[in-house]
Amino acid sequence: MKKLKLKELESRLQQVDDFENPKLLLEQYPTRPHIAACMLYTIHNTFDDIENKVVADLGCGCGVLSIGSVMLGAGLCVGFDIDADALEIFSRNAEEFDLTTIDMIQCDVCSLAARSKTFDTVIMNPPFGTKHNKGMDMTFLKVALQMAQTAVYSLHKTSTRKHIQKKADEWKVKMEVIAELRYDLPASYKFHKKSSVDIEVDLIRFSSEKLPN
Amino acid sequence: MKLLTHNMLTSHVRGVRPGGGFPLRIQATEVKVNNVDFNQEFVARMIPKVEWGALVEAAESLGHLSDLPHELPPEYENNEDFLRKVHHVLLEVEVMEGILKCPDSGREFPITKGIPNMLLSEEET
Repeated sequence: MKKLKLKELESRLQQVDDFENPKLLLEQYPTRPHIAACMLYTIHNTFDDIENKVVADLGCGCGVLSIGSVMLGAGLCVGFDIDADALEIFSRNAEEFDLTTIDMIQCDVCSLAARSKTFDTVIMNPPFGTKHNKGMDMTFLKVALQMAQTAVYSLHKTSTRKHIQKKADEWKVKMEVIAELRYDLPASYKFHKKSSVDIEVDLIRFSSEKLPN
Repeated sequence: MKLLTHNMLTSHVRGVRPGGGFPLRIQATEVKVNNVDFNQEFVARMIPKVEWGALVEAAESLGHLSDLPHELPPEYENNEDFLRKVHHVLLEVEVMEGILKCPDSGREFPITKGIPNMLLSEEET
């Protein structure tokens, strides 16, 4: 497969349609093309965890991370989301880009039904769990770790890094912060007073490379 | 829904015995076959990961067995003819409309426009 440059990936991802009416309770804010491209490019180039891999995208929304993974050569990418409206947009996106190695499942990620360790890689931009669903990001992470054979890549607020490290130790998984990003959270919801807010997020790689004692 | 995806799904309805809920039985009313580029390396790597019996059963139930043997043949890694058949069944055959049925509880999950709906009600989790 021809190597895709970071800029090309980002500009292609700019054509992915996003939420029409974002739902507050589901914390539906878009993963910006810039963030998505940086995230996927790093996963692909530094860790080779996308090309020819089976990838799961938890809380995929309109599918920008899934679509980017397929553009980078994922053997199959399956997006999981609770919201039928988001999946419909995802489905349209996949068709417009003519992507064939993509699938979608409507389900609650918190009670996800997948055989364990069947996916090579799990990627996700989970709900940060700050509004009405505290701890949701950690629930997503736990499910992701059960599904992934090699690694989980996830975005988390930098302010929660210590807490996540504690959980990772508890679950005996290796945790590496592989990038620090500024997440430009657009004012998609009425309670955001400013036009956009920058929050600091970590792109974290979780893997179970620790040897069992 | 592709059969590779199907092979990774189980049902988590409350009361399903551990390791149960797999494989989900497919009752399809519409199946589509899409062209997907053949990737020999990927298919060869997937074979040890799939539950072969479940794949064969699913393909057969859709009428797309495509000559897959019930037993995995030895030394398939370089058997391009065989790998192409597996590729077809794993990635090209797609269930567009129908239901998935949990083998343990009988709970049915609808598949609409190619997307299975695995949502459970609160009482079921």
